[in-house]
Amino acid sequence: MIYLQVLANGVVLGGLYAAIAVGFSLVWGVLNVINMLHGSFIVLGAYVAFFAYGLFGLHPFLAAPIAGAILFAIGFSLQSTVINRVIRAPVLMTLTLTFGLDLLLNNAMLQAFKADYRKVVLDPPLGSMFFGPIVLPLDRVAVMALALLLTYGLYRLLRDSKMGRAIISVRMDREAAALMGVDVMRMQAITFGIGAFMAGAAGSLLSIIYPISPLNSITFLGKAFVVCVIGGLGSVGGAIVGGIALGLIESFAALWFGPEYTVPLSFALLVTFLAVRPTGLLGRRGYE
Amino acid sequence: MTALLKLDGVSRSFKGLRAIDNVSLTVNAGEIVGLIGPNGAGKTTLVNVVTGMYPAMAGRVRLDGRDITRVAPNRIAQLGVARTFQIVQPFPRMTVGENIAAGALFSGGARSLADARARARELARQVGIGDLTDQPAEMLTLARRKRLELAKSLAMRPKLLFLDEVNAGLNPAEIDEALKMISKVAQSGVTIIVIEHLMKVVLSISTRLVVLHHGQLIADGLPQEVVRDPRVAEAYLGKRYVEASRGPSS
Amino acid sequence: MRTAIILVIGAALFAALLLLGSNYAIRFATIFAMYATLALSWNFIGGLAGYPSFATAAFFGLGSYASAILQSSGIPMLMAWPIGGLFTAVFAAVIGLAILHLKGHYFAIASLALVEFLRELVNINDQLTGGGMGLNLPVAHAGVTQQALFFLAAMLAVTIVTLLAAVVVSRRKIGFALRCIQQNEDAAIMLGVNARWYKAAAFTLSALFPGVAGGIYASWVHYIDPSDVFDILLSVKPLVMVLLGGLGTLFGPVIGAAVFLVLEEAVWRSFLTVHAAVLGLLIVALVLFLPNGLMAIGRRRRRASQA
Repeated sequence: MIYLQVLANGVVLGGLYAAIAVGFSLVWGVLNVINMLHGSFIVLGAYVAFFAYGLFGLHPFLAAPIAGAILFAIGFSLQSTVINRVIRAPVLMTLTLTFGLDLLLNNAMLQAFKADYRKVVLDPPLGSMFFGPIVLPLDRVAVMALALLLTYGLYRLLRDSKMGRAIISVRMDREAAALMGVDVMRMQAITFGIGAFMAGAAGSLLSIIYPISPLNSITFLGKAFVVCVIGGLGSVGGAIVGGIALGLIESFAALWFGPEYTVPLSFALLVTFLAVRPTGLLGRRGYE
Repeated sequence: MTALLKLDGVSRSFKGLRAIDNVSLTVNAGEIVGLIGPNGAGKTTLVNVVTGMYPAMAGRVRLDGRDITRVAPNRIAQLGVARTFQIVQPFPRMTVGENIAAGALFSGGARSLADARARARELARQVGIGDLTDQPAEMLTLARRKRLELAKSLAMRPKLLFLDEVNAGLNPAEIDEALKMISKVAQSGVTIIVIEHLMKVVLSISTRLVVLHHGQLIADGLPQEVVRDPRVAEAYLGKRYVEASRGPSS
Repeated sequence: MRTAIILVIGAALFAALLLLGSNYAIRFATIFAMYATLALSWNFIGGLAGYPSFATAAFFGLGSYASAILQSSGIPMLMAWPIGGLFTAVFAAVIGLAILHLKGHYFAIASLALVEFLRELVNINDQLTGGGMGLNLPVAHAGVTQQALFFLAAMLAVTIVTLLAAVVVSRRKIGFALRCIQQNEDAAIMLGVNARWYKAAAFTLSALFPGVAGGIYASWVHYIDPSDVFDILLSVKPLVMVLLGGLGTLFGPVIGAAVFLVLEEAVWRSFLTVHAAVLGLLIVALVLFLPNGLMAIGRRRRRASQA
């Protein structure tokens, strides 16, 4: 019986992880940039939700698109001004650059908001759902559902909209896309912006579950990494598969070994996947 | 004549597509073998398999009697197999001299860096880029890069040398120069396999001709005979053309 | 020639600093020696071989803990340090088998994950390592200044050995091989370079000296805990120092370390709270405006004037 509960926990957790990772996966897969700011973007989105709730009583679920929009603007500008200049540079440069930018952003947040952990406490609280023997906290399920909805939205955007097709074409072949008339620079900035949007919106949704602090950004980033490597890069499906896989593995690992082992386990998993199957479960070849 | 290279039923597929299919081939020391075939016939794949870049999925490859089917590419290079690349791949930020010295140092048996550098200067002179040894390799023109590729391969002191489309992108004068050089190399005792598109080129220097088509060996023999083989014409020109050219008598 | 002049001036400044005798100066010099070692070591894998490794902190931390645990079992300091270093080197050689075939981003992430993984592992195994409570090391019975000088000498000795190793590598076949691998690994292999072996050697070298330095650090500060020695900044700062000084050059790491630390001291004094932000700014500026490091500036100007 307990396995069913752990399974359910794992799936719900997985949905959250997918939401955390999908923006990161998109940027890495399309732009070949590892956005070390991703975790901080999520935290920033959470702060937007926190202040929106505290000052205006706006529900975090409603604040999500707003947080997303703000982060989109930040991401778009960062990409077009700074990151674009190193987009063709060796891996070392782009990684170091985004790392430096993250230091800046993270420190700025620490200055502005302090390190104290905040939380959005909903009033009235959402309570729990009961599926037979399984207990599911409603807030997590709601966040997971909305996060998956958001992810689905991204999927449709990439598949059906003109902009989405342009983004995918840049992913496949940058030069060919340019020859076809795609404004590659603009698409790159938009892609980065969308990645930031997803992070901000996810952060807003997650604000009711996880404590909010700049100190958490590295945790989110770490999860995003693992999800992408497990699931495969640059595709929404990869993020979902990877997220759910990680959620399940962590839930069962917590049951069998103890919760303190989940972090080292996820990193061991990361290294194992990288060693054995770097393209992830879905096998989409990321850039090297 | 001693068999230098022996392929027995070698096959290699990529994602279900058979790039080379059950190829058996013997190359004797001292030959200049022309390896021809239409685009996509599997010529470069064959080179990649022999040099160890991709392992063969079936069959055996023997060098001087020694089974090299599963041997690592750097080891095969040291055993005496060298190749040039269609798309020239130098070490861009190193000088021409250093590029050639690398070949001497890692497979050519040079005793030290200084020895390798000395040999590199000599080889550069031999292929005609002797005054460029201190230039960064990325600044060379295409024709000179091809010479660099050749010098690098020669620095490895190979027994067997694959020349993969060395003449692509060269003008007729440059091609003539290249052919003269290839002859000289053959005379120095290196067995050569030339992969070429240009019939005239391959016919002028090959002692033997081997034809690949859809990954299969369809002809193997003296150049004059192979060119008259109807299967070869079919491979290049298509069945209909061959039948049409035979006229209404058939 | 230019490098020689810079180094002579640097050494003179260094000696002058020491003659001041203040404990502050000695401390600063010790930190410099430590980071110079880390930067020089990183240069083997990151600069010469071109594999962006973030694992330096993992090796430093591993060396710290290995040496500390050995000492708490009674092994004397001067033996524990090299043993810790060797242990770290062996660890790197083994892990290298798993991750050195990865390229670019994937390798970087794997090396980063190594740091996090080891830190958590140390945290959990608190029976052995003291976990989050940290580990105390035996304090020597000697005067403060004497101790300070002793540890400075120890760190400096490691730095000099690392520098010598770098010189030897750059002059011999292995350095040449690594440069070939960095510029075109596939072509290098086809030329006869045993890339696997050389990369493993570079990775091991990039672990050995940080491992020893970590051991010395632990003894120097008498107390270590996981987030202290497995700090990702211990991977990033040496990297930035090498970028600053000049990637793949011989003395770039040392010069970069010196410049960086001086800057950091100046900043730290004035901007205590926004220290990290200023570091971030420095990194961004470096990548955008000075990607080839300080040593390239003179070179570019000289080449331009020759043109």
